[in-house]
Amino acid sequence: MSTVTSQRVMLAKEAGLVGRISDFFWKHPHVFLALMLAPPLLWLGIIYLGSLLALLLQSFFSIDDYSGLVNYEFTLSTYGQLLNETNLDIIIRTVSMAVIVTLFSALIAFPIAYYAARYAKGKWKAFFYLGVMLPLWSSYLVKIYAWKLILAKEGILTWLLTKLNLLWLLDAWLSLPVIGGNSLSVSYTGTFIVFVYVWLPFMILPIQASLERVPVNLIEASSDLGSTPQQTFRHVLLPLALPGIVAGSIFTFSLTLGDYIIPQIIGSSRLFIGQAVYAQQGTAGNIPLAAAFTVVPIIIMGLYLWMARRMGAFDAL
Amino acid sequence: MNAAVLFEKVSRFFGAVRAVDSVDLAVEEGEFFAMLGPSGSGKTTCLRLMAGFEQPTGGHIEIFGETAEGIPPYRRNVNTVFQDYALFPHLTILDNVAYGLMVKGVAREERRKAAEDALAMVKLPGYGARRPGQLSGGQRQRVALARALVNKPKVLLLDEPLGALDLKLREQMQDELKSLQKSLGITFVFVTHDQGEALSMADRIAVFNEGKIQQLGTPEEVYKRPSTRFVADFVGSSNILEPEFVKKLGGKAGLASLRPEAIELNNKRAGQLSISGTVISRSFLGASNRIIVIVGDTKLHITSPATQPVPEEGSTVSLSFAPNDLHLMETTT
Repeated sequence: MSTVTSQRVMLAKEAGLVGRISDFFWKHPHVFLALMLAPPLLWLGIIYLGSLLALLLQSFFSIDDYSGLVNYEFTLSTYGQLLNETNLDIIIRTVSMAVIVTLFSALIAFPIAYYAARYAKGKWKAFFYLGVMLPLWSSYLVKIYAWKLILAKEGILTWLLTKLNLLWLLDAWLSLPVIGGNSLSVSYTGTFIVFVYVWLPFMILPIQASLERVPVNLIEASSDLGSTPQQTFRHVLLPLALPGIVAGSIFTFSLTLGDYIIPQIIGSSRLFIGQAVYAQQGTAGNIPLAAAFTVVPIIIMGLYLWMARRMGAFDAL
Repeated sequence: MNAAVLFEKVSRFFGAVRAVDSVDLAVEEGEFFAMLGPSGSGKTTCLRLMAGFEQPTGGHIEIFGETAEGIPPYRRNVNTVFQDYALFPHLTILDNVAYGLMVKGVAREERRKAAEDALAMVKLPGYGARRPGQLSGGQRQRVALARALVNKPKVLLLDEPLGALDLKLREQMQDELKSLQKSLGITFVFVTHDQGEALSMADRIAVFNEGKIQQLGTPEEVYKRPSTRFVADFVGSSNILEPEFVKKLGGKAGLASLRPEAIELNNKRAGQLSISGTVISRSFLGASNRIIVIVGDTKLHITSPATQPVPEEGSTVSLSFAPNDLHLMETTT
């Protein structure tokens, strides 16, 4: 008893530099926070946003048609160029592809995510994560070239359909205008399939996360109040999963808008925005037009988020 | 007349666990029926069987004479107030309350009106525009109640409805639930692990343990005449007296229960049974004192009104009680 009472209540101040620094930060938490945040904020502000801003500024310059040099005077003529027939075609093609890829990814991802969030337990859950993530670990280029082989006229898909006597189905599909072509690997259908394959994990994971946060008893309460399963899906599950779907669609949509490798390897020779940027800043040396092209996805994403917000996609957050 | 809810040999097994084991019960129309028991006793599973969230492994369930097994929850005119309320976080309070009417296709104006009336009934008028996250626990509880009652259910199921509320609010809600049930005349079935709540609110109580009903009766019967050792102990923590001890007291040899408040200290009157013992502890509880007296090797708990003198620890006291307060139980173990 006496040994306990003879001890002091407060421990002695820790000696040494480390102890003093700890004490200082404990007394001034804001200084600590500022020190922690400064490097990443500087990185984000200067390297990331700064360079993006510099790029966007380029879009307000123009290129001299004769000398091929950039004319550093403010003009909107580059944006006028952006809206000519060829370039508008590229924009419409890319946006349409991004919309279809996003819709399809959401359709495929939802049941998978629902199963994973609701029913998968223990090793099935681990299997799910592995199944979704594994394709992300391998090289993107390898996957795309693999798909080129799968979809090629001499590829495994044609072979399989021949064996199943279903080749006529593929031929019928490929004879359709716009989405068809010589073979899947040189058609928009092929581009679409590979886009969906490559971006699907980015749709599944946010939806799964949002569904996991929906308490089971909300589903039960809905059913208890007379909702059929379809009504429960429409009025409870979907609104609560919507932030996840929107998050996923931001990935699939913006990744499709910006990608220039998939449409180059698989698909028709017609350009997508990413390829146009690549061509304009490289071979053509038209940095202002390339910059104007990059503004397009930014504006579209801004509009998309604004609309999603207005539709109440983030109400459940 | 058909019972509101009828269970005939109803069982629900989860693998090897017999959550509900061959339960028979009949809830009368318009009564306030409590299912009381510790966690894992099967009371909540019984409630879920009534709601339709669970299907029985065996047996037969009727609700107002209609077969209930195989019928999904959304086809039952039975509504539930969930333990943690389960309000829809993305909907306003009014839309939450109107939800049941909305999915049944009631016109917008009509269901808004009904929802507002229901909110007024649970004393939350004008709260319709808020979101569940903006309400306190007690208010959410009321919204959950309004959301269920707006559908005019034949049976209202309440799963530990007051469990998450603090004591003061709980007592207030007990009174309100009771008077609401009286004025609406709807059959209420509620699940609780709080014996005080069950005793004060229910018309009849089913005491559950290990998937079986131990005793079914009015609060008075269950409290004063427990049929098993479990009921005597769980409902009001009775003194359980072994057969030899009862015999020594002059009763018939058998397992008996004796309520702590039935015992008087140092006040033997004619016709009472009496025994003496030594006080080993006493604690002040406000309105009463709890005194533990040891007689031989049997400890007896006594609840003595605070107005009565309190004996010193270690002193010898005489304990007396009316012979019919010594209740012989049906079981012997």
